[in-house]
Amino acid sequence: MSIAENTPVVDSHEVRRQRAKRMEKLGRWSLPVVVMLATLLLWDRIVVWNEIPHYILPGPGRVWDSLVNDWGILWEAGLLTGKITLMALALAIVGGAGLAILFNQSRMVEMSFYPYAVILQVTPVVSIAPLIFIYVDSKTAGMLLCAWIVAFFPVLSSTTLGLNSVDHNLRDLYRIYGASRWQKLWMLQLPSALPYFLGGLKIAGGLSLIGAVVAELVAGTGGVGAGLAARIQEAGYRLNIARMFAALTLVAAMGVFIFAALSLLSHLLLRKWHESALSRET
Amino acid sequence: MLPIDQRPTVLRMSNVNKTFNGNVVALNGMSMTVGQGDFISLLGPSGCGKSTALRLISDLMVPTSGKIDWEGGHEVGDLGVVFQEPTLMPWATVAQNVWLPYRLRGKSYASVKDEVLEALKLVGLEKFQNSYPRELSGGMKMRVSIARAMVTRPRLILMDEPFAALDEITRFKLNNDLLELKAKINCTVIFVTHSVFESVFLSDRIIVMAARPGRVIQELHVDEGYPRSEEFRTSAEYAAYCRQATDALHLAMGEAA
Repeated sequence: MSIAENTPVVDSHEVRRQRAKRMEKLGRWSLPVVVMLATLLLWDRIVVWNEIPHYILPGPGRVWDSLVNDWGILWEAGLLTGKITLMALALAIVGGAGLAILFNQSRMVEMSFYPYAVILQVTPVVSIAPLIFIYVDSKTAGMLLCAWIVAFFPVLSSTTLGLNSVDHNLRDLYRIYGASRWQKLWMLQLPSALPYFLGGLKIAGGLSLIGAVVAELVAGTGGVGAGLAARIQEAGYRLNIARMFAALTLVAAMGVFIFAALSLLSHLLLRKWHESALSRET
Repeated sequence: MLPIDQRPTVLRMSNVNKTFNGNVVALNGMSMTVGQGDFISLLGPSGCGKSTALRLISDLMVPTSGKIDWEGGHEVGDLGVVFQEPTLMPWATVAQNVWLPYRLRGKSYASVKDEVLEALKLVGLEKFQNSYPRELSGGMKMRVSIARAMVTRPRLILMDEPFAALDEITRFKLNNDLLELKAKINCTVIFVTHSVFESVFLSDRIIVMAARPGRVIQELHVDEGYPRSEEFRTSAEYAAYCRQATDALHLAMGEAA
């Protein structure tokens, strides 16, 4: 008789581990939902019990009604804000990654301009925005510029880090095999930098939305029509607090959507080879 | 195979010195002639300049003085290298990694597919051509690295302690495989190691080096033809060669101390 016959296949530790895994799987989705429902309920009760007037704090029901009734206005505003955000993100990718490659190829250019990229980044965009709208006539261009200023830096700094993080043995190998500068960049540095770039991109996605919202608040309504931030401001003037909440919900949803989309992109690009995308069993 | 002194010359190092920061002598007056089909081990303690010698040969550094000449000049592709780490590109498949030396010379995969698959076959990994490096074990990754080094059939292959990070069992297995490969394609190899046993088992020339300053102490010849089998590892001759090499190494260490 062997030992295996006497020992249960699944020991108590294993049972615990499996149960923990199931809980983890379930909790990841259900717990946030429970928290949300509880918050909404509490919010509703506080409003009802304290008889808070809706122009001070509307209940979640009113916010929902506003979301449904004002959907036409909000959707249009959302499209505008979304458009500015995505365009700014695209520019941030082109500008950030482009500058990173340029800096990487020329140490002189990097030494000359990198400090100014940092200065541009650490200066709050709210304080630059009013100036931008003085000199830039097109409201769209001004908003894009604001959003770009906030969003390009994470792409720049993380891509720069990535381009410089090439395995030194691989670098030597490419040198020994006589790789040209472009081969090295294209076949070695860019793939090495990809995970870093994607990390920066996730941050830039959120920041470009922030940039777009800030730009709208500074630029005010009119001209190109009103985005979500302008709608929030406008609804605030009219004490339409429910619509403020509804617009805010859309802004948040947009942020979540951008983050999820970029996370998916990152996963698809890295799943075959990068540590961050590998699921580890046990 | 020709006796060691009758082999055509591939590369000649004459009185090569390398000094860092103007005062650290990494390599002092190294002279060595590499013949075609040589399997040379550079054996010595750390700091004896064996890795410096490889970096000089592979043009990653220039000597402070002295000369390194390739017989008949040389071009990219005359050299294959294997590092201590497998040094594979994680984003590329096994076949794409092996294709690299050709790819950097502008050859499409289709035009060298046969060579790539042949190289993978020689290291026993033809079934894994579409796998990614992370799916392979440490020993398999090292095989891919060896396949990449020899795919272009270079005139000289440099190996810088390639098996040092592997476990003993895998290491023995790869030693055997490397010898098999050597017997099949008669490559010329310079192999850096600090293992006496590995150097005797693999090579027919052992160059023993000492540290501070890094220099050549002695050259030993292992007169045992290729292919060598596992029996050689347990033979009396092997033990005798190991003792010789160990004595030489002691001499090197003693002098350095």
